[in-house]
Amino acid sequence: MTKKPWISLGGIGVFAVLLLAVAPLVLTDHWLNNLGKYCCWAIAAVGIGLAWGRGGMLVMGQGVFFALGAYSMAMHLTLETAGDRIPAFMVLYDPLAPLPAFWEPFRGAGFTLAAIVLLPVVVAGALGYALFKRRVKGAYFAILSQALAVALAVLISSTIRETGGDTGLSDFKYFFGFVLNDPANRQMVYLIAAGLLIVCLLAVWQFYRSRFGELLIATRDAEERVRFLGYDPANVKLVAFVVSALMASIGGALFVPIVGIITPAEIGAAASILMIAGVALGGRASLFGPALGAIAVGWGQSSLGSTWPDGWTYVLGLLFIVVILFLPNGLSSLPARFTGRARRTPVEQPTPAIAAAELEGVRS
Amino acid sequence: MSSTSKRLRKLVAAGATVTTAALALAGCGARAGDDTAGAGSSAAASCVDTSGDTIKLGFLNSLTGGMAISEKTVSNVLHMAADEINAGGGLLGKKIEYVQEDGATDWPTFAEKTEKLLTQDCVAAIFGGWTSSSRKAVKPVVEKLNGLFFYPVQYEGLESSPNIYYTGATTNQQIIPAMDFLASKGVKTLFLAGSDYVFPRTANAIIKLYAAKLGIKIVGEEYVPLDKDDWTSQVAKIAAAKPDFIFNTINGSSNVGFIKAYYDAGLTPAKTPIISVSIAEEEAPAMGHEVTGNYASWNYFQSLKTATNPKFIQSWKAYPKSSGVTSDPMEAAYISLYLYKALVEAAGSFDVNAVNAAAKKNTITFDAPEGKVTLDGENHHISKPGHIGRINADNQFDIVWASDKFIEPDPYLEGYDWFPADIRKQLTDAAG
Amino acid sequence: MDALIPQLLNGSAQGALLLLAALGLSLTFGQMGVINMAHGEFLMIGAFSAYLVQQVIAASDLSIPVALPVAFVVAGLFGLLLEVTIIRWMYRRPLDTLLVTVGVGLILQQAALQIFPSQGVPVEKPSWLDGQLTILGYAWPMRQLFTILLAAVCVAALSAWLKYTSFGRRIRATVHNRDLAETTGISTRTIDRLTFFVGSGLAGVAGVAASLIGGTNSQMGAQYIIPAFLVVAAGGIGQLKGTILAAWAVGVALAFFAYWTTGSLAQVLAFILVIVFLQLRPQGLFTVRTRSLA
Repeated sequence: MTKKPWISLGGIGVFAVLLLAVAPLVLTDHWLNNLGKYCCWAIAAVGIGLAWGRGGMLVMGQGVFFALGAYSMAMHLTLETAGDRIPAFMVLYDPLAPLPAFWEPFRGAGFTLAAIVLLPVVVAGALGYALFKRRVKGAYFAILSQALAVALAVLISSTIRETGGDTGLSDFKYFFGFVLNDPANRQMVYLIAAGLLIVCLLAVWQFYRSRFGELLIATRDAEERVRFLGYDPANVKLVAFVVSALMASIGGALFVPIVGIITPAEIGAAASILMIAGVALGGRASLFGPALGAIAVGWGQSSLGSTWPDGWTYVLGLLFIVVILFLPNGLSSLPARFTGRARRTPVEQPTPAIAAAELEGVRS
Repeated sequence: MSSTSKRLRKLVAAGATVTTAALALAGCGARAGDDTAGAGSSAAASCVDTSGDTIKLGFLNSLTGGMAISEKTVSNVLHMAADEINAGGGLLGKKIEYVQEDGATDWPTFAEKTEKLLTQDCVAAIFGGWTSSSRKAVKPVVEKLNGLFFYPVQYEGLESSPNIYYTGATTNQQIIPAMDFLASKGVKTLFLAGSDYVFPRTANAIIKLYAAKLGIKIVGEEYVPLDKDDWTSQVAKIAAAKPDFIFNTINGSSNVGFIKAYYDAGLTPAKTPIISVSIAEEEAPAMGHEVTGNYASWNYFQSLKTATNPKFIQSWKAYPKSSGVTSDPMEAAYISLYLYKALVEAAGSFDVNAVNAAAKKNTITFDAPEGKVTLDGENHHISKPGHIGRINADNQFDIVWASDKFIEPDPYLEGYDWFPADIRKQLTDAAG
Repeated sequence: MDALIPQLLNGSAQGALLLLAALGLSLTFGQMGVINMAHGEFLMIGAFSAYLVQQVIAASDLSIPVALPVAFVVAGLFGLLLEVTIIRWMYRRPLDTLLVTVGVGLILQQAALQIFPSQGVPVEKPSWLDGQLTILGYAWPMRQLFTILLAAVCVAALSAWLKYTSFGRRIRATVHNRDLAETTGISTRTIDRLTFFVGSGLAGVAGVAASLIGGTNSQMGAQYIIPAFLVVAAGGIGQLKGTILAAWAVGVALAFFAYWTTGSLAQVLAFILVIVFLQLRPQGLFTVRTRSLA
């Protein structure tokens, strides 16, 4: 991959043409909107690929950052729809109380966009700093991140007047001045999501080529050695974690205008694990794997979940088992398997390297 | 390092370009304040195919996830009603061809599937939903696409939509009768226990307003998340408050934990009875004998003696996917399909506007298992009898109280002076 | 003060249930580094076993004592099956076992939803658990006392087994240093299988206890898995005393938070408490001192 950068770049180009030009022409409004939703998950998945595939941090709580972006956006759109009034759902629970103070700044479009970018950076930065400096890793990190997602989902569910609770926030009429019901505007929102997915792919492509990308893989495979070489692995992991959080937040923010609703269920344990499913399927350490896997899982849920709902749950369960058991590097490792060892790049030799790092995480 | 930052800057530039390009591409869309915006939905032309000898309907229930424990039965009873109607000649001579969708206990999925049913499958109407959250997710979509949604579960009221028909009770048909029953029993103190979501929170807000009017004192209010079974700490507070009665708005399997903790704390139906609005014939068996002797407020009970109830019970027991007992939400789902039948027959068409116009005449009725219900064409709810039942050892309900007549639906509680007019106005404003 | 003592017992009972759920996890995680996310579903299997036993033996006075060993064996066999078919291929990739077992859990949940009545099934408690016992002027619900007693018995049996039997000694040796244990002739494969059987069986026992407290349905396992893992993590791996202390602390914290605030907020606060604690002591309350560097 490092030797032939233009191949990857060309792949991103083809992907961009497919998403930005072909899809809007061939898909119905309904399926284009669904594809937009998958793109949001794909954006988060690209970040998970970076943190987990390259950095070895199993981020099982990306729902937290997805929520930061999604709820920032949803609060802005709710206020935009409500105008001068208090949002309808708040009237239901306490008609006399004012708008909660933390909602007020989200009236501003600029503040909202800044929050979508800065909130995950600050939260992931603080959290990552605390955890990585204390060398919390492996299963501990995974369980802690998942527990955080669960805690946030419960918190949102229980603060019903402040956040809409379990019902979530929905029924948005406008998107930064554009009428959301207009098909042309919905297409625009889709294009923004697809475009940002391409940007994120470009960003990780750049990361992987850089010296930082090499350091990240080195940290994943042999954290102690990286430390002995004079680097602080905590800082390396922190950067990857913050970037992945930022991507999850962007995905969440775009999920809101595309799907039209955000609820705690989209950020809790099951949702966070579903985000991982796509990454595992596509190939955690590859460039395209996470995004394509997330789109595939999303599509499977929409189509197979429709025709055969009981079956879809089994398929999803089997997908975890079969892929992780037999194809730890996902479907994207298949071509390399067929063409033999010679063309395998070091990163795609998964088993022993990843194992060493993880065993260390569990046992030390 | 400098080369990296240069590349990064290129990336940012690329991102900005993509975004602006996307905006420019679609710059022709409507903006806030445009004329089209004021009109709200520019409803797409309906794609419902009425030319063949079948008509497509959509059933939208959670068949997977946490709510599947309740919604599977509703889905099955809808299938039974469709089979019955088909055996009797169908809708306007067309056989029902249903598309079953899974809401997966996920509200965005409810929204997505509603859109799919209306725009891809082109169904004439959708039946289903259980939680208020699922209904609130469906509402904007059916309103945008001018579809029809029939919702079969009792709920918190304060809502109406030209695109939704509510066949379960609104508050003045379930909660207010329950409060009247408590007042008639001379209850002075009441404790509110509920799951932490929209229905219990809103229902309890209404209960508190009405209790003040009735002179009943609310001595406590507790909520536990929907998916959590442990109620011991909260029940300890109930035991300490020693209320005359407990008003239970808990939903789902959390009820089982609540009843067990109640029993353990030494509370008994003789001294501190519970009145529930979510425990029916379906739920009671999972709680074992510990729930016996407590009360529930519903419109329909399996034990009701009406002309049509025996046939309903019999057909359900004979149905292959039967759960054996009938319950209020099942019966309301059963009503919903027959109500739609009456509506399209009155309208002579499957067209949404024609159906709504037929409803406006206020002549749509159905001989339901709970009695003859009438549709209110303005608020799209139906009239219902109020009943209070007491759970017996067979997990059936002995009817201990009934409203003297069918209660007209009043979702915004306009006929109740204790409900503050300014709240009503704010809510209708926000909805309109 | 009057309200606090009952909450202490209530919290201890909640902690006891958490401990039962966490014991098996602590064993498999400590011994093999396997993170079994299907552990909650093994708990569910235990609860459904109790229901099935009650279908055969109607008298609940007798059926619950019978159900305990049955649930242990049934859940244990499921665990053994999981180990033999899937887990054993993955010992070199412990973090991946987490995701594989998520898949297993999904399948078990859906299967339970389709096999049993979707609303859940009743598990009747025996009459000897009815009512309350008055000690020191406070009324203690029998069911809570039973949960605490059951947890105590399980802990005693497990630690005796680990301490005094040769299997137990081999397990401890494997936890401390797997490679060294292997070189001294211990068949770590057999030990692993046995550990998985016992660990999953304990989840089954926890399931019987849970079926007496809450609902028995396909979703019941999901609410225990994250708290149980937090307990294991906070206690320190491979440390029975750490797990016990952590489970009790989390249970009591949950009870008091729930009493002082709300049921929802209690969960959030308890989780945050554990997360902050783990930030301060990343290796948990107690740690095994090993000489292995890796």
